[in-house]
Amino acid sequence: MDAIILQILNGLDKGSAYALIALGLTLIFGTLGVVNFAHGALFMLGAFCAVTFSSLLSFGFVPEDAGSTSVGGFSFGALQRETPYVVHWFGENAGNAIIDWAVPLSILFAIPVMIAIGVIMERGLIKHFYKRPHADQILVTFGLAIVLQEVIKYFYGANPIPTPAPDAFVGSFDFGAMLGFDPGSIVYPYWRLVYFFFAAIIIAAVFAFLQFTTFGMVVRAGMADRETVTLLGIDIDKRFTIMFGLAAAVAGLAGVMYTPINSPNYHMGMDFLVLSFVVVVVGGMGSLPGAVLAGFLLGIIEAFASMTEVLDVLPGINQIVIYLVAIIVLLTRPRGLMGRKGVMEE
Amino acid sequence: MTDQTQQTATVTQPRPRTRSSGGILGLTKKDFGLLVLVAILTIFAPVILNPFPAGSAMAQFNAGYPDLMQRFVIFGIFAIGFNILFGLTGYLSFGHAAFLGVGSYAGIWSMKLLTLNVIPAILVSVIVAGLFSLIVGFISLRRSGIYFSILTLAFAMMSYALAYSVLTPITGGETGLQLRASDPRIFGGELMPGMTPRATLFGMQMQDSTDLRFGAWTFTLNTGYYIAGIVLLVAFYLSIRIFRSPFGMMLRAVKSNQNRLNYTGLSPKPYTLAAFVISGMYAGLAGGLLVAMDTQVGAERMFWTASGEVVLMTILGGAGTLIGPILGAGFIKYFENIVSTINKSTLESWFAFMPDGLQDAFVAVIYPFVGKGWHLTLGLLFMLVVIFLPGGLVQGGSKLATVFRRDRKGGGVEDDAAAQRQAREE
Repeated sequence: MDAIILQILNGLDKGSAYALIALGLTLIFGTLGVVNFAHGALFMLGAFCAVTFSSLLSFGFVPEDAGSTSVGGFSFGALQRETPYVVHWFGENAGNAIIDWAVPLSILFAIPVMIAIGVIMERGLIKHFYKRPHADQILVTFGLAIVLQEVIKYFYGANPIPTPAPDAFVGSFDFGAMLGFDPGSIVYPYWRLVYFFFAAIIIAAVFAFLQFTTFGMVVRAGMADRETVTLLGIDIDKRFTIMFGLAAAVAGLAGVMYTPINSPNYHMGMDFLVLSFVVVVVGGMGSLPGAVLAGFLLGIIEAFASMTEVLDVLPGINQIVIYLVAIIVLLTRPRGLMGRKGVMEE
Repeated sequence: MTDQTQQTATVTQPRPRTRSSGGILGLTKKDFGLLVLVAILTIFAPVILNPFPAGSAMAQFNAGYPDLMQRFVIFGIFAIGFNILFGLTGYLSFGHAAFLGVGSYAGIWSMKLLTLNVIPAILVSVIVAGLFSLIVGFISLRRSGIYFSILTLAFAMMSYALAYSVLTPITGGETGLQLRASDPRIFGGELMPGMTPRATLFGMQMQDSTDLRFGAWTFTLNTGYYIAGIVLLVAFYLSIRIFRSPFGMMLRAVKSNQNRLNYTGLSPKPYTLAAFVISGMYAGLAGGLLVAMDTQVGAERMFWTASGEVVLMTILGGAGTLIGPILGAGFIKYFENIVSTINKSTLESWFAFMPDGLQDAFVAVIYPFVGKGWHLTLGLLFMLVVIFLPGGLVQGGSKLATVFRRDRKGGGVEDDAAAQRQAREE
């Protein structure tokens, strides 16, 4: 029992990332009808927003008066300690706290940056591909993904960059003790718990935005029947562009918060992209709840497949289980778990 | 109704122009010319690709060394096969590298267990890749459009993940497979310990080269290259025949309108599956040749970027055209090899004639795109081709040609294919 709960929990954090990326992919597909292979790259860009923001925060100067000793005209650099500007401005305690909380604070930095990137991408490139075949859309966004990835590699190098979570969230939570099992049987890192709740909030926010605001209502109407909405005199293109920006922001935020779980590297987007597409297809192309459901489901299935008991029977199953599930789903329920009729059916 | 039947009639009945009406080798004059052109290019490639004297400053742009030329030819075959599926039926497979990889593994096992002769190795590669693509195709082709792309991608990623982990006894995992003297070969296995096993063809070794010297120029004629070249010509000839056959016409019908095909009472499934298996066998052939040339194989050959690369080769050359994939493969492989060897000092020497500040600026701007930044250039190229030249180099060439000779109507199959592709976009 405790092992099952542990695996479900283990599946949640990866599942959250899949769900967030798949949600963005589905939003873009549902609104603009574009298959965006660069969405994984947006996830990666979000993670590097966190990296950039952290390094901006710890950017500092060397105080001239303190700490430098010079012996016979030689100054010893090692003795000079850089003081981050943040510490200088906000004082010792508040400044260090800000640096410690760099990853959550990056959210504030990432939202405008990612929306801007999304809007530029849509206006600059994707716009010209609405009427082209899906194959062309796949290919051009695939090229864009390679370019974004290589640009990041050029500026940040090929190695993963560790970005730690705030000290308050370092360590693990002992679910076992709480639920009445042996203490230590279900141990779960705090940050993964944070990530799951964060993902749940974002997903709820996106759904609430689409469901309860006028803007969201118009967008949903546009998804259902673009032509009629246009005839009503609504500039649906502009709203869809904003939705693209939002989808980019969702992917970016997923990336920002994922950095303490896995140190970001330039190819993390590609690693997630292929799986996210599988998630979208399993969930049903164009279905937002389907994408979220399939994201968590596949994350949990993957976690179960990684159990040593399972691996003893079927070695290597953890590497391929998602693809197997996708193949089975596509062959038995071609529209995916919650796919609507008439979406992407030629 | 009458309108419908008339239109379907044009789909199912091959137009007279495209029917293979005797001719040389069963090809029309134009197609035969294309075949001869490819043959001449293949035969004289060691000379054509080495236009600069060895040791001169421009020598780094020479591409006439055996390893690279073999790659031109082998990836040309790979792209020709991919084009039979993508160019004719429009099904975009994102997992073709898996067939290349499976073919490679099959080939190297044939050389490990059977004989060092490359012919059985290549045959085994083709057969195993064909069987594998039959399974993958049977499942993937139940869906079309983007679902098909993702299914093939899923199969390729699965093969890659398995080759890296569970199947390590068969695939060698991360280290891959190499030929060893200790391999239990049935025929001709009696190698002295310490001798390196080499791929042969009835005594001819793949690595054997003859250097021809003309003054400052050196041309390397390599056995392996010419064997691969002969295979390319055969593969190209077969692809022309497929393009011009009623079967090829059916594949085009699948691309242009599947519904109409269904209404006429024809199922597209056997045709697309056949095209899929044929292109899988081409990929296996390429994989077998790769093993025959460098006698080693690793799982990275099956990674999905490798699948993306063959898509790019086909699109860059011109999907649905005959010669396009070969051009695309040559172009990509040439630039990959040349661009990735340019380093900072090379750049500095190029711009040495400029004033210092300007030189640094030029070097700083170009440097990210060369050397290790080759993938950046590749990605940009990918985007530029898809955006501006969806018909590929062939379309670009025919556009240029029509600009230069306005008076003559630019007919021909290549223009047709480009026009079709454009028409599909509208």
